Amino acid sequence: MNKIMIDMQAKINNVTFARGAIATFLVDLDLTLNTLNEIKTIVSEAVTNAIVHGYQNDEEKMVHLEFTLENTLLTLLIQDQGIGIKDIEKAKEPLFTTKLQEERAGLGFTIMEIFSDTMDVISEVGVGTTIICRKNLSSNE
Amino acid sequence: MTLEVEMLIKRNILYIRFTGELDQSNVEKIKVKVIELIEKYHIRYLVFNFKHLNFMDSSGVGFIIGRYNTLKKIEGSIILCSMNEQIRRLVMLSGLQKICTIKKDEEDANIFLGVA
Repeated sequence: MNKIMIDMQAKINNVTFARGAIATFLVDLDLTLNTLNEIKTIVSEAVTNAIVHGYQNDEEKMVHLEFTLENTLLTLLIQDQGIGIKDIEKAKEPLFTTKLQEERAGLGFTIMEIFSDTMDVISEVGVGTTIICRKNLSSNE
Repeated sequence: MTLEVEMLIKRNILYIRFTGELDQSNVEKIKVKVIELIEKYHIRYLVFNFKHLNFMDSSGVGFIIGRYNTLKKIEGSIILCSMNEQIRRLVMLSGLQKICTIKKDEEDANIFLGVA
């Protein structure tokens, strides 16, 4: 088992850092490029959501990440203490976006769900959002 | 810099060649530049060359949809080429292939646009 926790400021440049962090965390595993890219995409989408939606780009706030590897099961936890999601089912609908004028594709949740084995979204308005994605790394290809 | 972008204009075509990783942290800067060039040079066709782009997430998809909406109004179109497997999957998942033309590389895109 291995676990890493990161608290980082909600700066949009840290999305790139978070992707690099998960890639480094998994560097010793013999993953296909495809699997690694799926995992990087999940982290990228979730952290972007936390910053852009959860914190509405307030850079003073903190995003919390936990990467856990137990045998072949990878768990990615991405947490913010931002505005929360009023209607999670609605937010998960493909192409639904609250920021149409900013050209958000509304695909973040859809992509995270497809690239994970399971995705849990825990959210409360005014409290924040936690995303937990699980992916078994032995079952890929 | 996580992303470098080379832009080239030929007639009414704007070629955008990416190197690095495209995400929310750099998409805004590219967007401003591309919008400016489309207006200034009466661009009708955009050719996105992903040959040296290693990573893209839905921020990039949103950017392409935005440009599609602009070019649609002037009967222009978008060509995506030289996609790696990660970008190809994202393009297919997001349905971009329904609103953009996919070509193998820039040469193929030029043949399609009749400027080869």
